[in-house]
Amino acid sequence: MLRFIVRRLLGVIPVLFGLSILLFAFIHLLPGDPATAILGQHATAERVAAMREYLGLNDPLWQQYLAYLDRILHGDLGASIINNQPVLHEFLVRFPATIELTVAAMIFAAGVGIPLGRFAARHAQHWPDGGVTIVSLLGISIPVFVLGLTLQYIFAVQFDLLPASGRIDPRAGLEFRTNFVLIDSILMGSPSLFIDGLSHLILPAIALGSIPLAIITRITRASVLDVTNEDYVRTARAKGLAERRINSRHIMRNAWLPVVTVLGLQIGGLLGGAVITETVFGWGGVGTFAVDAIFNRDYFVIQNTILIFAVIFLMVNLLVDILYAVLNPRIRYA
Amino acid sequence: MAAPAVPVGQPIERRASRGLWGDAARRLMRNRPALVGLVFIGIFVAAAILAPFIAPFGPLEGGLAQRLQPPSTVHVMGTDAQGRDEYSRVLFGAQVSLIAGIASVIMGVTIGGSIGALAGGVGGKLDAVLMRFVDAMLAVPGILLAIGIVAFLGRGLPQIMFAVAVVNVPIFARILRGSLLSLRESDYVTAARSIGASGPRVLVRHMLPNSLSPLIVAATLALATAIIDVAGLGFLGLGPPDPRTPEWGTMLTDATKFIRQAPWLLFFPGAAIVISAIGFNLLGDGLRESLDPRMRR
Repeated sequence: MLRFIVRRLLGVIPVLFGLSILLFAFIHLLPGDPATAILGQHATAERVAAMREYLGLNDPLWQQYLAYLDRILHGDLGASIINNQPVLHEFLVRFPATIELTVAAMIFAAGVGIPLGRFAARHAQHWPDGGVTIVSLLGISIPVFVLGLTLQYIFAVQFDLLPASGRIDPRAGLEFRTNFVLIDSILMGSPSLFIDGLSHLILPAIALGSIPLAIITRITRASVLDVTNEDYVRTARAKGLAERRINSRHIMRNAWLPVVTVLGLQIGGLLGGAVITETVFGWGGVGTFAVDAIFNRDYFVIQNTILIFAVIFLMVNLLVDILYAVLNPRIRYA
Repeated sequence: MAAPAVPVGQPIERRASRGLWGDAARRLMRNRPALVGLVFIGIFVAAAILAPFIAPFGPLEGGLAQRLQPPSTVHVMGTDAQGRDEYSRVLFGAQVSLIAGIASVIMGVTIGGSIGALAGGVGGKLDAVLMRFVDAMLAVPGILLAIGIVAFLGRGLPQIMFAVAVVNVPIFARILRGSLLSLRESDYVTAARSIGASGPRVLVRHMLPNSLSPLIVAATLALATAIIDVAGLGFLGLGPPDPRTPEWGTMLTDATKFIRQAPWLLFFPGAAIVISAIGFNLLGDGLRESLDPRMRR
């Protein structure tokens, strides 16, 4: 098992190298002189010279790349040109908001998608199955922003049941400690703040979770159907086991594997979707941070938000792979 | 004992195979969801092509006197904040989406396909290096990668197409490489090699034609995501540089400011995006089933 984990960890390193080369190339996509582009047209000559020095623009390309690699390996992701704060710090301050949204979306997607997929499989080729198929088709075909705006219109504007945007009522006086609204409200011992935070979370989580919901439903349905046709399930039935026990011990135990893999793969999509969902719902996470950075031409922020997101994605996939190997010993020796 | 597949007493119907593509087309025509998809795509493409002829108004035509009018017989989808006819703008918006969608998928297939063909066809160290780049690109959430590229390259329709294409590159590269690798060991490739066909000839004449069908399925499904991604970039404010351009995502952003007074401005462009995406998703699934009969449920 340890060898498997080490092998997988080593496999990530070349991918990270590839990523660093791609992101390094980004700075050179900028039209004109990168230093001037980063600092803006009105920067003084000294600041431009200092930026050229920082990026090593006077050196050959390969030295510039090595300098970039050196900087990111030391955790120097540059500073935002808006407030001169380190990008990593700014990212980490906003990250809890994005984690909160992503986790809520994942809980929604898995919590609804897995039972829905099992339900569809049980009624395969009958009308409930068709209904579920249509729901999952809609799920992957409705863009996050269209669904988000529709939910906002129905539940916030038309019926006034849920708040339209934000993470919490700003007048409610939540003290931010961990920057997780739900955790902070618990720390303050305030049920009303917790409920307020939760009510702000519902619509964005549904909007963001709709695509993974559709994919998880499809995979669960296919996986359960696959396993249901196995000989050992027929054997279990033939020897008179209760249907419930067959479901939990024989079918689901084996149907979990593809579902777990897909759950892991969805993390990347969720982080990308969060960028748009946060814009729709005015959610102050890293997605809004990245979108604001575009309009401020804050290039280090854009470049390194991409880097951090990709690293998170790789790490999550690594964890999923390891979890997969724990669940399915056959993988380890492959 | 299993029941006989053909009822006893009836002659077994024999139909000549019409080749891979003919058989696939016949299966596709019997696939009802795929036909629905084709109808949706037909509406989308017709809207794009016929927009200049069937749109009652020009996409930029209108005055503030007609602003934010609800749907009526004159303006079937109402008017927007500048008094422009929403129906005409939705029709012209199909042009932007169709062109950007198709161009970006073609670009993506060309770049991704070349990478996949090199990696799967040549193999060895080149394969290892190329695939690490592909993995690195796959690690970045698609829309974020597109945002980054447009942010660094500057705004404009060609940049948008390129950005959306790049998002698809790793997917196409992986698919083509995967099918080439599995074909490499097949008997007819060994046969071609043994009669002395050169490496490039085996790749181009024997392996590529046989690995096209997964690529075609992926390209169809990619059209759905490309349309959504183009609209998403527009929604984030990274659409075509001229803010008056009738682009569905940009129209949605404009609509958010009037969500209370004019919700129809949200509904129609949103529905247009969803209908085109459903069309390509249904067709893609149908193609997958008809090109690979083993995939059928």
